[in-house]
Amino acid sequence: MPHRTFFWFFFPSGLAMLLFIGLPIISSFFQSLHIEPEQILMEVEKCDPFGCKTETKVDIEATTKLQEEQPLGRFNGLGTYGDRNHLAFEEIKEAWINSSSIAEFTDILLNLPFYKALLFTLTFCFAVTPPVVVLGFIVALSVNTITKSLKGPTIFGVILPMIVTPLIGSLVLFWMIDAKGILGSFIQFLFDDPNLSLKSSSQLTWITLIIYGIWHNTPFAFVVFYAALQTVPQDPIEAAIIDGASRYERVRHIVIPHLYPVATFIILICLMDNFRVLEPIIGFAAEGVAQSLSWMIYNDLRSENKMLFGSAGATSMLTIIGVAILLTPVLIRTWREFRTER
Amino acid sequence: MKKLLIALFFTFVSTSAYAGGHSPCGVTDGSIKILANEFTTYRIFMDEVKSCAGPDADFSVTHSVDHNKLQVAALSANPAEFSAKLVTNGSITTLMNDNLIRPLDDLVAKYGSALQDNQKIVIDGKIYAIAFMANAQHLWYRESILNDLGIAVPSTYEEVIAAAEKIKASGKMANPYAGAFKSGWNLGQEFVNMYLGHGGDFFKAGTAEVSVNNAKGVAALNMLKRLTEVSNPDFLTQDTNAVKEEWESGNVALMHIWNSGAASLLDDEGDQAIKADTRLAPSPSVGGGSKPATTLWWDGFGIATNTSDANAEASFRALLGAATSTEMANANPNATIWLIDGYSPGDTAGPVVDAANRGATPYPSLPYMSLLHGALSTELVEFLQGNESAEKALADVEAAYVAKATEQGFL
Repeated sequence: MPHRTFFWFFFPSGLAMLLFIGLPIISSFFQSLHIEPEQILMEVEKCDPFGCKTETKVDIEATTKLQEEQPLGRFNGLGTYGDRNHLAFEEIKEAWINSSSIAEFTDILLNLPFYKALLFTLTFCFAVTPPVVVLGFIVALSVNTITKSLKGPTIFGVILPMIVTPLIGSLVLFWMIDAKGILGSFIQFLFDDPNLSLKSSSQLTWITLIIYGIWHNTPFAFVVFYAALQTVPQDPIEAAIIDGASRYERVRHIVIPHLYPVATFIILICLMDNFRVLEPIIGFAAEGVAQSLSWMIYNDLRSENKMLFGSAGATSMLTIIGVAILLTPVLIRTWREFRTER
Repeated sequence: MKKLLIALFFTFVSTSAYAGGHSPCGVTDGSIKILANEFTTYRIFMDEVKSCAGPDADFSVTHSVDHNKLQVAALSANPAEFSAKLVTNGSITTLMNDNLIRPLDDLVAKYGSALQDNQKIVIDGKIYAIAFMANAQHLWYRESILNDLGIAVPSTYEEVIAAAEKIKASGKMANPYAGAFKSGWNLGQEFVNMYLGHGGDFFKAGTAEVSVNNAKGVAALNMLKRLTEVSNPDFLTQDTNAVKEEWESGNVALMHIWNSGAASLLDDEGDQAIKADTRLAPSPSVGGGSKPATTLWWDGFGIATNTSDANAEASFRALLGAATSTEMANANPNATIWLIDGYSPGDTAGPVVDAANRGATPYPSLPYMSLLHGALSTELVEFLQGNESAEKALADVEAAYVAKATEQGFL
């Protein structure tokens, strides 16, 4: 495609990306450099059904005036990035000096909200993605071999988990794994332990979330693999059959090499998606034991008080950096392949 | 066919006749959009508001347990998404901080003659909200179970635990106690109750500097831990509504939840044997203190700043109609404690009146309290799961609060 044609072809979507993705990112970045203006407090008399007393209140006039002077808030530079609720430089330094062993240091580190969330996010990413790729591949191979008349309904059944909205899917499972739900009581029966509850222990909650993640993501891998399977050239396969290659050998030496770039693509998308995990945490009411980076942003914007824009902006930026770091190896790999192909 | 047509015709005539009716509260037009929490008493109140608003106003109400999280965003827009918000002494400060609810003095002067003085929430000389009910958390128990085992009604938390352990040992119930320990606002509230019950202060007097990491905080946390040990192992996922379900399923013999829960626990739905066995008791004290470990709340309504005067007036009149409806209050005497003139309290009012008499503190209406409540909501979980010491959990609470309060400009 000539560069000129490509430019005009790409221009509309490029513009949309700039407007709806690029600019919000820049705006979040600016917001993350600022914190709210100082709140001016005053003592006032407050009367309610339980009596009158003197209490502190925000001086609205004075504070509004300050806000009008600095609509973005006070400039804080990278201060929000380094505070305890984000990268926590001070706390880490202190922990490094004061802790007597690596284990103690890790304990302190993973007790900080950002690192706690990062640990769960990464665990989720790396526990979900490989099974998704393997399962998606196996399901695609199996569906590819069944008779035509059954294919349609089977494919529909397989992609159902992806069609169900994540929040609804996780809520349905949440009720099923309740101690009195069908899955919950079955598991109790299986392990012969009437007090076993998936929701009460953090390890079991993590495992539940990961299984949910695999269940929800597999159809995506399946769809992509299934489409790619249709492009596998038939000639080498027939040749292999004539040479007496078994089904496993054909898959191992012809199909898998052919699907390699597709697998890279699936890994890329899965890692990116799972790094932003949020809905299952809300659906499973798992906020207490499993927090992800996206959940931190959500919590900053929906905590009891005013929205913490600066804090949410900083976490967003760190999430973007996290995604970039995560994808670098895969991107480098794709780039190399691209270079050699040329 | 002919009959059907006639029937349809009459339906049409009667609806249009209804549409031509008048609002009992004199609302002729305007848009009334209300944001409110979700529980039975509010539903009763909102039915009254709706009938009071009449057919001419554009009326809608959004019930959500997440109302506190929605309110700032929804009322900051201009024009605001809602013309009115049901507020409590917990949520009003957040709206006051941002000037999102308007003074109501002129409207009260014009229409508010039926209001009692204690319904007016006066801040710095101006009325900002109209209260219509009082609420508090207190103890509930199953009389037959306590009687069978010869347990006296607990008046301290130490006795609550002893009673729960006795019920557990008897084999009647595996997890006899329940409280709303869901991580998030509910869990924070449990700590607030327990800490105030120990006589603690959240802030250094007159400042936004937090101080919960002390002996009282540790004692409060340890008490919560002991309570969760006699609760359902899923306690971190149970909010008030989930606890009520546990109660109605007969899994719980002791619980500490809101007085307004009576509206759904003592109604005609569900297991009537459990209902007949349900008793209300005063909120227990703790750690040898005299104050009950609970907070007093009022519920009322405020009118959005960013809404037109016409909508504000229509909303005010409709809500006021319900907030002064003696009829509604006396038709539902046990739904809550109404602050409405002419209301004669039902038999469920006792524990809240008792809490007030024994010196329970109203929930602190400080501008930075919700930040501390937010920090408590997330930082106490690990302690309750046994992964962290009480001192460490409280140090985390303080650190999380300081980071948030700094960003908000309070420190």
